[in-house]
Amino acid sequence: MNILNLLKVSINAVASNKMRSFLSMLGIIIGVAAVIAMMSIGQGSKESIRKELSAMGTNLLTIRPGADQGPGGVRQDPSAMQTLKAADYERILAEKKFVQYVSPEVSASGQVVYGNSNTSASIYGETPEYLDIKQWTVEEGVCFTEEDIHKSAKVCVIGTTIVSELFGDNVDPLGKTIRFKSIPLRVVGVLKSKGYNSWGMDQDNVIIAPYTCVMKRIAAQTYFSSIICSALTEELSDNAIEELTQILRQSHKIKDESGDSDDFTIRSQAEMMQTMSSTMDTVTLILGIAAGFSLLIAGIGIMNIMLVSVTERTKEIGLRMAVGATGLVISVQFLIESIIISVTGGIFGVLLGIGASNFVLPIFGMPSSVPSWSIFLSFGVCVAIGIIFGYIPARKAANMDPIEAIRHE
Amino acid sequence: MIDNNNNKDLVSSPDEEKREAKVVIELRDVKRYFQVGSETVKALRGISFKIYEGEFVTIQGTSGSGKSTLLNQLGCLDTPTSGEYYLDGVPVRKMSKNQRAHLRNRKIGFVFQNYNLLAKTTAVENVELPLMYNSKYTAKQRREAAIKALQAVGLGDRLEHKSNQMSGGQMQRVAIARALVNDPTILLADEATGNLDTRTSFEMLVLFQKLHAEGHTIIFVTHNPEIAEYSSRNINLRDGRIREDTLNPHIKSAAEALAALPKTQDD
Repeated sequence: MNILNLLKVSINAVASNKMRSFLSMLGIIIGVAAVIAMMSIGQGSKESIRKELSAMGTNLLTIRPGADQGPGGVRQDPSAMQTLKAADYERILAEKKFVQYVSPEVSASGQVVYGNSNTSASIYGETPEYLDIKQWTVEEGVCFTEEDIHKSAKVCVIGTTIVSELFGDNVDPLGKTIRFKSIPLRVVGVLKSKGYNSWGMDQDNVIIAPYTCVMKRIAAQTYFSSIICSALTEELSDNAIEELTQILRQSHKIKDESGDSDDFTIRSQAEMMQTMSSTMDTVTLILGIAAGFSLLIAGIGIMNIMLVSVTERTKEIGLRMAVGATGLVISVQFLIESIIISVTGGIFGVLLGIGASNFVLPIFGMPSSVPSWSIFLSFGVCVAIGIIFGYIPARKAANMDPIEAIRHE
Repeated sequence: MIDNNNNKDLVSSPDEEKREAKVVIELRDVKRYFQVGSETVKALRGISFKIYEGEFVTIQGTSGSGKSTLLNQLGCLDTPTSGEYYLDGVPVRKMSKNQRAHLRNRKIGFVFQNYNLLAKTTAVENVELPLMYNSKYTAKQRREAAIKALQAVGLGDRLEHKSNQMSGGQMQRVAIARALVNDPTILLADEATGNLDTRTSFEMLVLFQKLHAEGHTIIFVTHNPEIAEYSSRNINLRDGRIREDTLNPHIKSAAEALAALPKTQDD
């Protein structure tokens, strides 16, 4: 019997038991749809984070105090977190070649007050170059100047959330004085809105002021929280990191041969993106495995139905054997049947999964993007399920004794 | 009663060695024992006979006589514990399961008591079934052969009827067509009239006699002694042995018997 005949026989068998075939497909449909939806959430999140990170500038470099601990490293001496000083900044400014913009950063959080309105916000002490690094623009007014930095001037630019929280819609914030921890700051500019980032943080709930001002008057510290730089281009990021490392090692008197570890860490945005995407890959994998289990259960469901089907069709199997079907032909027939069920279920599952990813997930604000490989993977898994879980019922059918099978009632 | 003399001179004596007709079945001291727990059930205790091409043989016996076991042997569904069985000259005893499946496909046409048609399947598709397992047939040839077989059993006008839309007699005709479609060496019927009423039973016998007259070799296994009157030869079994093996010199015509039946109210 050729395979085409077998296929026809199997399709007829599946089609003549529509309800049962559909029910056993249902598990596969849901399982595959779940896998695809999960993969799509994973991929979607990855893409949206990537987009966001690259919007911040792919050539961004962040220098943080303290040695590179990696995730979950030991807690360091607090003094280790105070290693970035003004001297470092000046040295970078003087010696930079691959680095374009530099801005030391000093941050603090607290309450900000205007009149009888108040809100809590973070204040970042920066240089005007910070806005270039972060590709941020001032929508109204101007940014503070180098001179303001020099004078530790009590001026600031604020995000739109601060504007709406403190001033409402009717007051022009420019030229007004707000108080952060009782320090008066004159608003010279309003930042263009950036909205929320993918971690749900409001990026507009910020106050940016000259770093000298924040350092001396608000945080009252002599060190920077970090130094933000940008490489000339994304490709030159590695050169810039190398350059910054050399500058800081010299500045911190860390000798190459001494074997002392650096007391600072430089991270590039590219590296961040890599870390993020590998984290997202892990999350996607976990989601996928969870959904994959439902496929496994669906496979067991198919096996169950096929076993019932084999028992129910004992007489048919006996007849087929009597008229010349060999055990192999019978087992192939039942294997094809289970593959038809699993693959048809897989097709509907893929459609459902794509539908859910494109139309349902966005309603709940879930980022989604169906990776094409997940479709091929699902198909492969479906065929495998059909074969694996169809095998036992098929073998049962093939091993039947035609004499008993044909007289089975 | 008019004797059906068509094959009379071919079947003068069952044990005579010299005949013009070809031997299609030969059993030599076939024994079949089953082990049931610690007991050995001797279903066939040594059966020997030959069946020649063109015979219409009834194998008759009460339940427990071994006729089902013999049918399984003749149908190559089972193999003897000892003894030899040649089907169309082919020794069956040492054949593998797959070889026997192939042999059944080419040389045997089965007709079962309960028709055994595929559910929700048309007459043509049911009849095509044995040819599905014969790769020599193309889909077109298969269909042509199935239509021819259905016409031979008088169902040329019901090709596309599904098995659940047919009466018992029609279903059995489809089953007979299915048995004929591969042009088998022997037609093996197992209580083929057992589930049918008297009238339909006679209609089936008419059909079998017609096929016999056309030259088919038919083996009809039954518990009903009456049927032996319509066959050319009767082998009577008891306790796993042949009790009697006789030629029927006065074959009754099933067509006449059918005509003689009182008309019934139902259609």
